[in-house]
Amino acid sequence: MELGLPNLEEFGRTLVRLGQADRDVLVVTSDSRGSAKLVQFGKTLPEQIVEVGIAEQNLVGISAGLASTGKKVFAVSPACFLTTRALEQIKNDVAYSDNPVKVIGISAGVSYGSLGSTHHSLHDFAALRCINNIDIVAPADNFETRAVLQAAVESPRPIYIRFGKQPMHNLHAAGTKFEVGKAITLMEGGEATDVTYIATGEAVPVAFFAAQQLAKEGVACRVISMHTVKPLDKEALFHAATHSRALITVEEHSIYGGLGGACAEALMEAGISLPFKIVGFPDEYTVTGSQRDIFRHYGITPEGLAKTARKLLG
Amino acid sequence: MSLSVQELEIKSNQYRQTIFTIIKDSGAGHTGGSLSCIDILNVLYNNVLRVSQETFADPDRDRYIQSKGHSVEALYTILADRGFFPLAELETINNYRSHFVGHPTRKVNGIEQNTGALGHGLSIAVGMAIAGKKDQRDYKVYTLLGDGELAEGSSWEASMTAAHYKLDNLVVIIDRNGLQITGTTEDVMGLEPLIDKFQAFGYAVRTVDGNDVAALNALFAQAPFEEGKPSLVLAQTVKGKGISFTENAVVWHHHVPTDGEYALAMQELAQASQKLLEPAPIQESV
Repeated sequence: MELGLPNLEEFGRTLVRLGQADRDVLVVTSDSRGSAKLVQFGKTLPEQIVEVGIAEQNLVGISAGLASTGKKVFAVSPACFLTTRALEQIKNDVAYSDNPVKVIGISAGVSYGSLGSTHHSLHDFAALRCINNIDIVAPADNFETRAVLQAAVESPRPIYIRFGKQPMHNLHAAGTKFEVGKAITLMEGGEATDVTYIATGEAVPVAFFAAQQLAKEGVACRVISMHTVKPLDKEALFHAATHSRALITVEEHSIYGGLGGACAEALMEAGISLPFKIVGFPDEYTVTGSQRDIFRHYGITPEGLAKTARKLLG
Repeated sequence: MSLSVQELEIKSNQYRQTIFTIIKDSGAGHTGGSLSCIDILNVLYNNVLRVSQETFADPDRDRYIQSKGHSVEALYTILADRGFFPLAELETINNYRSHFVGHPTRKVNGIEQNTGALGHGLSIAVGMAIAGKKDQRDYKVYTLLGDGELAEGSSWEASMTAAHYKLDNLVVIIDRNGLQITGTTEDVMGLEPLIDKFQAFGYAVRTVDGNDVAALNALFAQAPFEEGKPSLVLAQTVKGKGISFTENAVVWHHHVPTDGEYALAMQELAQASQKLLEPAPIQESV
């Protein structure tokens, strides 16, 4: 499987293309154009970038005002600050006021792993899931990145998209369809699937490689890229849960309130019960190190996820 | 068509009666702040803003963002009078599923943005003003902030941006009534010297008696006050203005009038109205 670009890099490249095609596309940054891979955008389309300095609340409020006039606005800032410092602006000025800002959380999850918890965003899904009128997407690879940005630029709905910094494997076959709110099945486990992994964002390839390992042992696996955490694709979830012996969710997020929580809520309410495990970050001071180090510490590796599956299957 | 100063004064008196009535009838509202800012809204909506029910979707319309969203009764009153919706609809304020809620929302015809959490309106207005510059449209963006609201740091973030981008299409108005829910602004969190602060943040600052419609009318006509700078109107107002016992009284921040208080207020406003309608005394020729 070919290694692609970091999703952030793909984001920067895609935005140049979208900006060239439509002069109403604007990027608003909080001294974050370098981190967001938007230097080229700023050079190519200087009239379409608005710098607000290190001021995330102002970033989102200004973006809402711009969007209210019909501009297609990407409000870009590190996910850790954007979805905490500016949460009230996202709630009121974007979601409640229905200004279709594309809220872009860069270097999400533990992309800034060694910088400590101030720079981790392991709360963003949970914080935004309980806010009405904003979709939440974590693309797994360059294809999902391009596809969600194209969808966002055309959409009249507010959306939050988070990106990481590591090069990502190209997971999808040519011709794959993408739609916000529709999961993509990466590996079919058949009617008698042993374990289904439902993962989102940068955890998706880890789940995929775990499934490849297990398949060699004769364990039938299904892998779903649940790029959209909200609205959750319940149809894909229920189908997987009723055709699998066990289900594991994987995310670069707290085990509370994210993808796993969303799946658990939906399954319980639908009366579907099966061996189930939420893999993510436990409720403790998160260890520091590289993203890879931290993933390994919490068992988000192919080996770790395979082990979790074996344990769950008994 | 502009209203004369006398016509504006008569309107302000009528608006005060409406504000007091809808707060009394709905059993909730922000009396003091609505009465302090109503003269500003009167002049803006009747003589300054290029916006009407017919042009509300026009991309070239002037925009008004009420950052001090809690004074929504003043906004509802002026919008009803300007024909954005029938006055009778205000009878539903705060009712179950009424879209006339206690803070502005876009569900009400004529309202640009949902506000209510303080410290948000100026950033939104700055965004609209930047868009106007980028698209070379000649609309202006007006936003009204409370003085207590200035403790919110986001207002100062937005002020920096307004000056940085030379937004002379932005007019920021401060309803400087000097009171907030707990007491005077200077006791709760000192704001002075405000003029110096706003000048230091890059505004072209003008002070005005914010309850004097003639002065407001003359001042707004001069905006932008300086080319390349955002304009700031420091409107010195009286909280609870127009009714003797609500003026400068902290308790009237969101006190709902009793029957007795209501009757007394209406009596005072009717007397003031009578005075406004009296013909000017004829000058005796020498």
